[in-house]
Amino acid sequence: MQITDVLIPIGIFAALGVLFGVVLAIASRIFAVKVDERIPAVQENLPGANCGGCGYSGCAALAEAIVKGNAAPTACNACSEAGLAKICEIMGMEAVKPTPMRAYVKCAGNCHTAKYKYVYEGAHDCIAAEKIGGGNKQCANGCMGLGTCVAACKFDAISIVDGIAVVDPHKCSGCGACAAVCPKRIIRILPVTGNYVVACRSVENGATTRKQCTVGCISCRICEKNCPVNAITVNDFVASIDQDKCIGCGKCAEKCPRKIIKKLD
Amino acid sequence: MSIGNVLLMMFSAVLVENFIFAKFYGCCPFLGVSEKPDTALGMGMAVTFVMTVSGAVTWAVYEFLLEPFGLEYLKTVAFILVIAALVQFIEMFLRKFIPALYSALGIYLPLITTNCAVLSSALLIVQNDYSFVEAVCFGFAAAIGFTLAITVFAGLRSRMRHADPPKAFKGFPLTLITAGLLAMAFSCFSGVKL
Repeated sequence: MQITDVLIPIGIFAALGVLFGVVLAIASRIFAVKVDERIPAVQENLPGANCGGCGYSGCAALAEAIVKGNAAPTACNACSEAGLAKICEIMGMEAVKPTPMRAYVKCAGNCHTAKYKYVYEGAHDCIAAEKIGGGNKQCANGCMGLGTCVAACKFDAISIVDGIAVVDPHKCSGCGACAAVCPKRIIRILPVTGNYVVACRSVENGATTRKQCTVGCISCRICEKNCPVNAITVNDFVASIDQDKCIGCGKCAEKCPRKIIKKLD
Repeated sequence: MSIGNVLLMMFSAVLVENFIFAKFYGCCPFLGVSEKPDTALGMGMAVTFVMTVSGAVTWAVYEFLLEPFGLEYLKTVAFILVIAALVQFIEMFLRKFIPALYSALGIYLPLITTNCAVLSSALLIVQNDYSFVEAVCFGFAAAIGFTLAITVFAGLRSRMRHADPPKAFKGFPLTLITAGLLAMAFSCFSGVKL
């Protein structure tokens, strides 16, 4: 074997690589397409977490949609106030003040208050646990606390406390990524305006809920009767508060015998 | 090779020697992007486009660069390099001059940069000692076979979406079983002697 047997292939492939590199570099200049310069400007002011809560594949896709007019500048819940103002400025619109949103886990049945059906020892994932008899809690709508939402949160705002997911309102941006992955569908994105919220989604009747959990809504309708603005309705054996009507007076929370109506902070 | 032979070769590449069902190339996009018929067709179009062009280019690279220097053993490396650069180039070209096609192919174009179906079609062309015209025809026909397979499969999957199978079969297991049945149906073509 001669040294040229090695050198020739190396030379040819190096030449090929350089040739392709140069051709592509030139081509990228020649074929450069003018992109609307507002798209990167808008993208800069989005959070950049690529959470997908807005329904687009990422912040870049949303930025393009905003510039093209397919999405409202407020489409991103996680956007900071300054960022939103900048986006409105770029788009030549008047600044919109965002309603701060946050995620809320509508379950208060932690390991002390809710009863379990079986001991779950499988993959640490709510979606997996949900497939085994609808989860390890007796309540079919209870938070299983296996942390699928924790993994989905790009802002590190959710933690598992006493076996249920708890959202840190200071870190939560309201993007909605957790609500999308929760197999129980009990995480809601709510406006933070000093309103109240029912921390339960149990659709079983009062007697059954009472057996399953000491803090479940038993659909007694006391809150419904005491609400001065008729913001509370009891449907499917569980109370829910209309966030648009709620004035935050707190009477429902006072009267609730189960103490599961909580103030959103 | 006469025109008749080329046509026979193409027929064989589409149905008898189907890339997915007979040779098991390109199974990844076959399972990955066959959720909806229109995205499957988009993927098929992108593969057809790249395979046809790469068939021609890799043939030239092999014929004029690798063979004269006795570097046939490096063809895999060379083809990957050529195909990757080619796809990049095509992407830029389309973006500038045919934006409609660019947005129709979308993400699928860069995805198939290192698709094994594209690489294997280039390797098969060399293996079978095809001429330039045959190489282009083979690349095109093999990609049409791929498109046919993925589109038919996506059609089946879209119909199955509303079916109510036993829980254990739901989702991917049923998808794989369907792919197996479809492959068996295609295996009937292997009886066609050409």
